[in-house]
Amino acid sequence: MSDPTVADTRRLNSKPQDLTDAYGPPSNFLEIDVYDPQTVGVGRNRFTTYEVRMRTNLPIFKLKDSIVRRRYSDFEWLKNELERDSKIVVPPLPGKALKRLLPFRGDEGIFEEAFIEERRVGLEQFINRIAGHPLAQNERCLHMFLQDESLDRNYIPGKVRDPEARCA
Amino acid sequence: MSTHTFLSVTIHHNMSFFSFGQSAEIDVVLTDAETRKKAEHKTEDGKKDKYFLFYDGETVSGKINITLKNPGKRLEHQGIKIEFVGQIELYYDRGNHHEFVSLVKDLARPGELTQSQTFDFEFTHVEKPYETYTGQNVKLRYFLRATVSRRLNDISKEMDIVVHTLSTYPELNSSIKMEVGIEDCLHIEFEYNKSKYHLKDVIVGKIYFLLVRIKIKHMEIDIIKRETTGTGPSVYHENDTIAKYEIMDGAPVRGESIPIRLFLAGYEMTPTMRDINKKFSVRYYLNLVLIDEEERRYFKQQEITLWRKGDVVRKSMSSQATIGAQRFEGSASSESALEKAAREDSG
Repeated sequence: MSDPTVADTRRLNSKPQDLTDAYGPPSNFLEIDVYDPQTVGVGRNRFTTYEVRMRTNLPIFKLKDSIVRRRYSDFEWLKNELERDSKIVVPPLPGKALKRLLPFRGDEGIFEEAFIEERRVGLEQFINRIAGHPLAQNERCLHMFLQDESLDRNYIPGKVRDPEARCA
Repeated sequence: MSTHTFLSVTIHHNMSFFSFGQSAEIDVVLTDAETRKKAEHKTEDGKKDKYFLFYDGETVSGKINITLKNPGKRLEHQGIKIEFVGQIELYYDRGNHHEFVSLVKDLARPGELTQSQTFDFEFTHVEKPYETYTGQNVKLRYFLRATVSRRLNDISKEMDIVVHTLSTYPELNSSIKMEVGIEDCLHIEFEYNKSKYHLKDVIVGKIYFLLVRIKIKHMEIDIIKRETTGTGPSVYHENDTIAKYEIMDGAPVRGESIPIRLFLAGYEMTPTMRDINKKFSVRYYLNLVLIDEEERRYFKQQEITLWRKGDVVRKSMSSQATIGAQRFEGSASSESALEKAAREDSG
């Protein structure tokens, strides 16, 4: 005999899941690798670039697989653009290492292998955090950073709309 | 279980130190002290205590015992009375008590007591429109206060009671169903089986994922209590997260449905109180929170109404009669049926 005062806790009805959705690739695939540091230039005009490879299936990105080369100051540029134009709290970049730029050091300064590796890891964490943010994905500067061969610092800042998106 | 008001305790001690006069102790005893149920209530300092439980419309009756401290000496007084008070006290404005119920019975005209004496009192079918509440910035309380007035200082004794407000099963109790999200990133449809829940109810619901383009790590549902005091320009909101209940661990994909089953009886909550005597409100919200791999939080808040179900139900009753007993309305006419049922239940 059922007690009339006990609540009905049976699950609500739900649509059965489509098997292609259940077993297909997830729609949130986004991976960015920062690797292959290369030092370019000579003497005082040397700097290090990193390869930035993005693989994704998010419709908002035009290219689903893109490779570009970026240096530390490019990452700084992206951070500044996002801080100015978007409402998001931008995560920190790995340090500027000003001390390492001074002369008369015992080591290679900013070209020290361990330092480059530490910076590479920090840059990879930074770009993955940013690129996964729904609001950052709307910013033109992020798309240019990840998918255009070079940064046009005279670009017109603006928002990007998903080419497949329905109008609200 | 009785409390002195702070002021009367101080004066009492001063008097006994400086004067050789008579003093007395007052004791308030309810008629049904043996049978009446008690309810637990957390006081302002966080202590949990038990107090006699009353409902709207019930009679409050008993007697006060006045015991003379020095037998043989007379106690001169300007009158003896007992009051039943319901009041709201805002913590930021302690001086002003807002009394919404104030009843008084005179027990003795000015005169003198030659020996310890007992006085009967009865407040018949007292209206108790609001529930006893002790919160972050406001408290609402009911108490009996017996006073022996004297020229220089009164002797008084307070006894707090707890009042619960009961409701019937709402006739209209629609479910809450809504589609929310961030365009092109996350679309979900959430559903809760009701919009009004009683305090021992179960929230049954589901979250259906229509589009998932972010990397979700887990999802939880929080119950938030919001206490609002003050009006106009000086309104204070106090938010308190009563519960955090994880409902999903791991990344969902499109088409997945996550069930929710949240038992409310385990949490300390009060019924929803809206604009009590125009002084304060206590409202409850369900907050659905999704957290992604980078600790970003996506949330949707939804108000629910909480109400208190009367629990004077006898197991031997048929289901119809059970429902009838639960349909309690706070009026004097059904009060006697409730009193009778309460006595039979605990007897």
